[in-house]
Amino acid sequence: MAANPKPTLPKKPRDRRAWYQAAFALGLNAWIPSWFKGEIFQGSVKGVCVPGLNCYSCPSAMGACPIGALQTAFGGLRFNLSVAEKKFGLYVAGFLAAIGSVVGRMPCGWVCPFGFIQELLHKIPSPKLRIPHAMTYFRYFVLATTVIALPLLVVDQFGYGQTWFCKWICPAGTLEAGIPLMLIKADLRPLIGFMYYWKLGLLVLFLGWFVLSRRPFCRTVCPLGAIWGLFNKASLFRMAVDDEKCTLCDMCRKDCPVDIKIYESANSPDCVRCLKCVSSCKFGAISYEFLGKTEVAPDLRVKKPA
Amino acid sequence: MRRKLPWVLLAVSLSVMAVGLLFGEYRSVLEKAITVCLDCIGIG
Repeated sequence: MAANPKPTLPKKPRDRRAWYQAAFALGLNAWIPSWFKGEIFQGSVKGVCVPGLNCYSCPSAMGACPIGALQTAFGGLRFNLSVAEKKFGLYVAGFLAAIGSVVGRMPCGWVCPFGFIQELLHKIPSPKLRIPHAMTYFRYFVLATTVIALPLLVVDQFGYGQTWFCKWICPAGTLEAGIPLMLIKADLRPLIGFMYYWKLGLLVLFLGWFVLSRRPFCRTVCPLGAIWGLFNKASLFRMAVDDEKCTLCDMCRKDCPVDIKIYESANSPDCVRCLKCVSSCKFGAISYEFLGKTEVAPDLRVKKPA
Repeated sequence: MRRKLPWVLLAVSLSVMAVGLLFGEYRSVLEKAITVCLDCIGIG
């Protein structure tokens, strides 16, 4: 008797996500003339928060980084300062929650320029390292301390808090603003000191880690991803895994940019909703639902082998 | 049954955002965003 025939597996559809990521990276940093003028873009639209970690001191940045804006709001939230009256960070917090309640962490997978950089660098051939799951909880610590508690509680001689995450950690700021501004603004160069070298060293370490591991910054440090990840289970956009169809082949994890087992938790806070797993799954077990419509990669519905 | 939680979250989020805008927070964010952030670039 003949053995069970292997299911005919269609080719994977072409992944166009990188083009979207590139388009968003350029679109969020579109004011190219600033590079030649040696200054940052100062248009009135720059108060609009962008859905990604994109430093507003990047010369061509068109919008405001929500994490930087949130820290600034908390840093200025003092009831004894007249300038800080009624500034609670509600605009930024509402913006983050609105995006989160519609699509959860999806901007991390499709929009964030820093996530895109990590994925590009990870394509460089090298030994690859997995990140222990326990390390992914560190991003909540970063969020709770450097973005919320420290800006609120530790004040300088003028009564203001600092932007601790931007100042001590954010490698996106160093890459997108620190290095470019030093290149185009000669008057800033004499100010280089310990902090600059600290952030430069941190950036170099992260860049090396990007080559070795899948989106390590997003998974272990990023406070923006930590916030949006909390909405994954409650957002309008939902991922779903059909246990009847899933063979636990792990093909989805192999292709996943954040190395998760989506079949264990379809709406995990670690998932950036890039939808790569939907097209990776040869059995059509992974789908997504938005506003009542369920989608699964249409050409990939083959039967689970007996 | 349609899930109500995301819609409630969205409505609350947009309301919070609107209150922030009414309090002039857009201006505060803009002022920060158009000034070179010394902390961000490592010389603050």
